[in-house]
Amino acid sequence: MSIEIKTNSVEPIRHTYGHIARRFGDKPATRYQEASYDIEAKTNFHYRPMWDSEHTLNDPARTAIRMEDWYAVTDPRQFYYGAYVGNRAKMQEATESSFGFCEKRNLLTRLPEETRKKLLRLLVPLRHVELGANMNNSKIAGDATATTVAQMHIYTGMDRLGIGQYLSRIALMIDGNTGAGLDESKGYWMDDNLWQPMRKLVEDTLVVDDWFELTLVQNILMDGILYPLVYDKMDQWLEGQGAEDVSMLTEFMRDWYKESLRWTNAMVKVVAGESDANREMLQKWIDTWEPQVYDALKPLAQASVGIEALDEARAELAARLKKCSLQSQGVSA
Amino acid sequence: MAVKNKKLNLKDKYQYLTRDMSWEPTYQKKEDIYPEERFEGIKITDWAQWEDPFRLTMDAYWKYQAEKEKKLYAIFDAFAQNNGHQNISDARYVNALKLFLSGVSPLEHAAFQGYAKVGRQFSGAGARVACQMQAIDELRHSQTQQHAMSHYNKHFNGLHDAAHMHDRVWFLSVPKSFFDDARSAGPFEFLTAISFSFEYVLTNLLFVPFMSGAAYNGDMATVTFGFSAQSDEARHMTLGLEVIKFILEQHEDNVPIVQKWIDKWFWRGFRLLSLVGMMMDYMLPNRVMSWAEAWEVYYEQNGGALFKDLERYGIRPPKYQDIANDAKNHVSHQAWATFYQYGHATNFHTWMPEKEELDWLSEKYPDTFDKYYRPRFEHWAKEHAEGRRFYNNTLPQLCQVCQIPTIFTEKDDPTMLSHRQIEHEGERYHFCSDGCCDIFKDEPEKYVQAWLPVHQIYQGNCEGGDVETVVQKYYHINIGEDNFEYIGSPDHKRWLSIKGKSTDEKAENANKDAA
Repeated sequence: MSIEIKTNSVEPIRHTYGHIARRFGDKPATRYQEASYDIEAKTNFHYRPMWDSEHTLNDPARTAIRMEDWYAVTDPRQFYYGAYVGNRAKMQEATESSFGFCEKRNLLTRLPEETRKKLLRLLVPLRHVELGANMNNSKIAGDATATTVAQMHIYTGMDRLGIGQYLSRIALMIDGNTGAGLDESKGYWMDDNLWQPMRKLVEDTLVVDDWFELTLVQNILMDGILYPLVYDKMDQWLEGQGAEDVSMLTEFMRDWYKESLRWTNAMVKVVAGESDANREMLQKWIDTWEPQVYDALKPLAQASVGIEALDEARAELAARLKKCSLQSQGVSA
Repeated sequence: MAVKNKKLNLKDKYQYLTRDMSWEPTYQKKEDIYPEERFEGIKITDWAQWEDPFRLTMDAYWKYQAEKEKKLYAIFDAFAQNNGHQNISDARYVNALKLFLSGVSPLEHAAFQGYAKVGRQFSGAGARVACQMQAIDELRHSQTQQHAMSHYNKHFNGLHDAAHMHDRVWFLSVPKSFFDDARSAGPFEFLTAISFSFEYVLTNLLFVPFMSGAAYNGDMATVTFGFSAQSDEARHMTLGLEVIKFILEQHEDNVPIVQKWIDKWFWRGFRLLSLVGMMMDYMLPNRVMSWAEAWEVYYEQNGGALFKDLERYGIRPPKYQDIANDAKNHVSHQAWATFYQYGHATNFHTWMPEKEELDWLSEKYPDTFDKYYRPRFEHWAKEHAEGRRFYNNTLPQLCQVCQIPTIFTEKDDPTMLSHRQIEHEGERYHFCSDGCCDIFKDEPEKYVQAWLPVHQIYQGNCEGGDVETVVQKYYHINIGEDNFEYIGSPDHKRWLSIKGKSTDEKAENANKDAA
């Protein structure tokens, strides 16, 4: 038997907003739908931006990619703000307990000097790559028009700041919260030959104007090789170097990357599938950037896991792109 | 490893976790990475002097914000489940929400876009990170407002197409052009406009009145949103103050530029607030305080103290502040009189105040209400009672800058409309005031571009030349449902049936005749 509370039911006069009903019909809408569709300004802009008089505000022509409806790009995770922070709060809770665990047992300060140096030289400088990713995604969030697209990028942008902060905290744990480890690590980023191709690549992305080119380069091509290389292959390699505890501190990045594949894959698939012109544009950008990403990561691979592992990471990306009928040099034909 | 034994304090640690991740580029030129940082003429000599207005790392941000969201959505769910809309003071209140959702919520989204943009434009990483946090907060507000109003939309008219209306409806070009103006400016002006003038100086007169109105009128969904957004707003306000102090401290050449922006954005903000003034004085069945009282407390007193504090930087109070202070006794009445006349072209209902409400206005505005406004309102109420609800079918003259019809009066003569005009490159432009005219003269090339709704209708760009077609087809205002007089409207009838009262037939007939 079940209990039944009597409530005063009231017939609604409509089930959702008009702009949601025009897309999905007048039926109860999800929170994702009401939060994400057609809430941005689309027309009748009053003034041209002083920083870009070629375009209007919210101008879809800020990228060479053409979509009949940018809202065709949606988030398979259905993240609106509330769902996003809820999810990340859970992830950070797990991460916090790992950091607490390492800190309490002094796991990183007990590492041999040689291993600590390796972490500061090979892993921690990636915090600067994360900051570049943060800047790029903030730009994309400001330039993309449809909210379904823009919001994924601001979430990712803030994620990248968070990941940069987790990497920084690894150094702070190594140096006992003095900042010396971070200073040392930044020195490698600025001057060590190992990082210069990567730093150049990041700086080159910071002058890319087309926001879709930028999301392709940043969130698909760079991350698509870097994350498997660093957080998967290098993670195993570090274990062999006696730094297996670090693995706990980069778990967030592994989970995060796995999750991010869902929206990045979906986005490229929809955009490439829209038209031949779009696919050709994407292909052109891939041809330009993918080899640069590969080259920029070579020194890091050579100093750690080896070129073969880099090639494997590259092949992973190529396989993803292939599902969208895009080619990269990662796989021989 | 370098010898460095001292443990970091919180401030330095936060800097390591934010701005220290940035670096001096060498492969690309700094001016190519940050091309928009210089064109406004603001001189930044040292970004290192930027004081972080708050210290919030992402892990803490996720945690706090998720807790807030969880509580907020629990209330939204409870509100919907228990049909909370039946517990508000009176259905007239919902019209304030219609104004909010179509006038203010789209600005939250524009703020998200604007802050994401400036969150990339500055070469100072500390400032960038603070702006990005505001960007994602603004996205939050835009989305939670959709969710907070979602239940009302199911039971009342006029909330059904807010973003569409925001792009088109005549009076919504007032808030839209305000934000477009800020977003199309450079990054430093954007922050002066939105972070400082809007968030810091005027937020208690914009955001807060709506939330207090919700609290006084039994709107649990909206007031809970207001409380939940409060700590975000506090962060935004500290950013606003830090921005202005930082710019002013960086170089003395910045002072006149910032002063000009403060003058401009004060005036634009003041004009925009006319809509809020009318909401406070006329649209809340349970009134919080009068617009004049709010202006005295939040602008004259708090703003006065702020500008006293900024004196040491060489900043004076905004130009035309005296006119704004004087206008506190007039603007809400003038705005409501206008919306009452054009109630056929709004997504909310209008009405004449009841007797005790008129008495409240007389008491709150002893020097102006009885003398200039009450007789007009009583006349209109009488006309309505006799079956002649007044609607004005002539489209009004709009101000080229603030885009409000030129309805405001001269400071020294409340019976004289304030109107200015100038010729620019062979065209004549009209303004509501010296304040707006000055803004135009400073950047005519910007303001000649304005998309003025009345001009656009007359030029045939709004799907038709007659008001009815424009309102229905172009604005998506459902005629006879969303617009016209409140008394006898479908909203009114629904409310009476919720409260178990029968429809007042006489009032209904009176409405029908006029429509």
